[in-house]
Amino acid sequence: MSTSTDHIPSAQWSLFGAELHIPDGFLNLPISIVCWIGAIALITLAAQRAQRTLDERQMPLMGIMAAFIFAAQMINFPVAGGTSGHLLGGVLAAVTLGPWAGILVMTAVIAVQALLFQDGGLLVMGANILNMGLITALIGYGLYRSVINQRLAIRLAIIGVAAWLSVMGAALATSLQLWLSGTVPLDIVIPAMMSVHALIGIGEALITVAAVSFILRTRPEIIEAGAQGGGLDRGWIIGGALASLIVVILSPLASADPDGLERVAEDIGFIDLGQSAPYEIIPDYTVPFLGETPLSTIVAGVIGALVVAAVVALIVQALRSRGLGVGG
Amino acid sequence: MAHIHLSDRYRDGASIIHRLDPRVKVIITLLGIASNVLLPDGAWTAFALSLGLVVFVCMLARLGAFFALKRSFVALPFVLVAITVIFTTPGRTIMGWQFGDHVLLITDSGVTRFFSILARSWLSVQMAVVLTAVTNIPDLLHALRHLRVPPLLVGVIGFMLRYLDILTDEALRLMRARDARSAGSGGSLLWRAQVTGRMVGQLFVRSYERSERVYQAMLARGFDGRFLTINPHRMQERDWWALAGTVTALALVQAAGYVLRM
Repeated sequence: MSTSTDHIPSAQWSLFGAELHIPDGFLNLPISIVCWIGAIALITLAAQRAQRTLDERQMPLMGIMAAFIFAAQMINFPVAGGTSGHLLGGVLAAVTLGPWAGILVMTAVIAVQALLFQDGGLLVMGANILNMGLITALIGYGLYRSVINQRLAIRLAIIGVAAWLSVMGAALATSLQLWLSGTVPLDIVIPAMMSVHALIGIGEALITVAAVSFILRTRPEIIEAGAQGGGLDRGWIIGGALASLIVVILSPLASADPDGLERVAEDIGFIDLGQSAPYEIIPDYTVPFLGETPLSTIVAGVIGALVVAAVVALIVQALRSRGLGVGG
Repeated sequence: MAHIHLSDRYRDGASIIHRLDPRVKVIITLLGIASNVLLPDGAWTAFALSLGLVVFVCMLARLGAFFALKRSFVALPFVLVAITVIFTTPGRTIMGWQFGDHVLLITDSGVTRFFSILARSWLSVQMAVVLTAVTNIPDLLHALRHLRVPPLLVGVIGFMLRYLDILTDEALRLMRARDARSAGSGGSLLWRAQVTGRMVGQLFVRSYERSERVYQAMLARGFDGRFLTINPHRMQERDWWALAGTVTALALVQAAGYVLRM
């Protein structure tokens, strides 16, 4: 009966969404390893926190929810010219299950897509987990939590904004990783990725809002339980706000002035990390730089803030939860 | 209609490759992919050798020499991201077009770079295809557990795989119902997106309720939070030989990549 068993998720072949699962071969080894280290720290922390805030029912719940996200990504709708839109699901998972469980669920989805369906690579899986698991949970849950006591319309609007921003954030991170690996020049990858994902993000926002309002109508207590899943929430709110701000500020800046960003990365040593490996042929994309502009300082500050905010948020989470024993 | 069956990804067999410790299979695959990624641009001999290794392992596993090749086209959409390097890498111009004020040039090093990225990605996908084909799911989960993946995450992945076919079937049924009522292509774009969102919400509620039933059933059977497993896997002599052989072969590929690259 199954005519095309080798043809796995049709979603995979649609234009929309396919660009965020980086396959192996597109990131170099140093970037892949750095991302894996970050992802391992994240997964360890998320497993500890999720275990604390949820009871033993969590395992079947999170497993089935991971299967749900995978299946939900198959539900697509035609957009135009043979392309179709579908859900990525990071914000939906974070809002309904809480951020830590959401991160683990997205990690499971990404792992299964890579291990069984070769959708996304194994060596670059760390990068994919950070892009589609951490960034979406940070922005999604952080923004949502900040308006948790507001009216329904406001909450839904913020969920929509968060869904759009989460796709943009993931696309931005993917672009930066591709560029730091020396795979594509920044002045091409940023405008291309950001413009495509600005559209994909709208689909994500519409689907996420419609799904959440449907769930609120049928099983409102699920959403309420998910909102409690974050433990100490100030860290998430600050982290989410910072990450959103960075996406909002950095995307247009990087599109308008990629050379500035490139120079900043050179100054703080990112370029060396990514491209100095002996095997790498470094094509010199840089056009003569325009000098120290205020713009480059802003960009440097924003990149720094992103890294610091993420690290601080995670550390604060870990420390507070230990000190106060926040059980959720 | 696309239909997912997890069991289709695994090809049962008793070959020497199938019988390797699953940990070793995962590590060998990761080493192979790392080797592909480390090869320099234009190392065609080494890329060919790496392909030779994949074909060799496929034959050892009795999958058919070109098994991995046939399943390796999934990463193609992402190639679009890399196609621009053809035009942006500095080098000797091969071809050029003029569009008004803009000039589009294809350079020799751009073409080399593009096909090198393609080769790395394509070979890596093939290696992952082989891993999936020769390792069944319980073994894969066991390997993850022994590779220090947090037990909670391994458990989540285990449950996910157990219910994946059921929920994808459920999603396909929802889509079939929508198509039967022609909502899939009717209405405005906004309306279609909202219908899709409500279907996602519906699938969410069904999945959530299923998880509650599953948990109750587990409790009814005496589940107390622990998973019991019977793990017969132990590293054997052939596993060490497989590891050593892989490392040697990949070292040769790397040597070819750096020495023979002209």
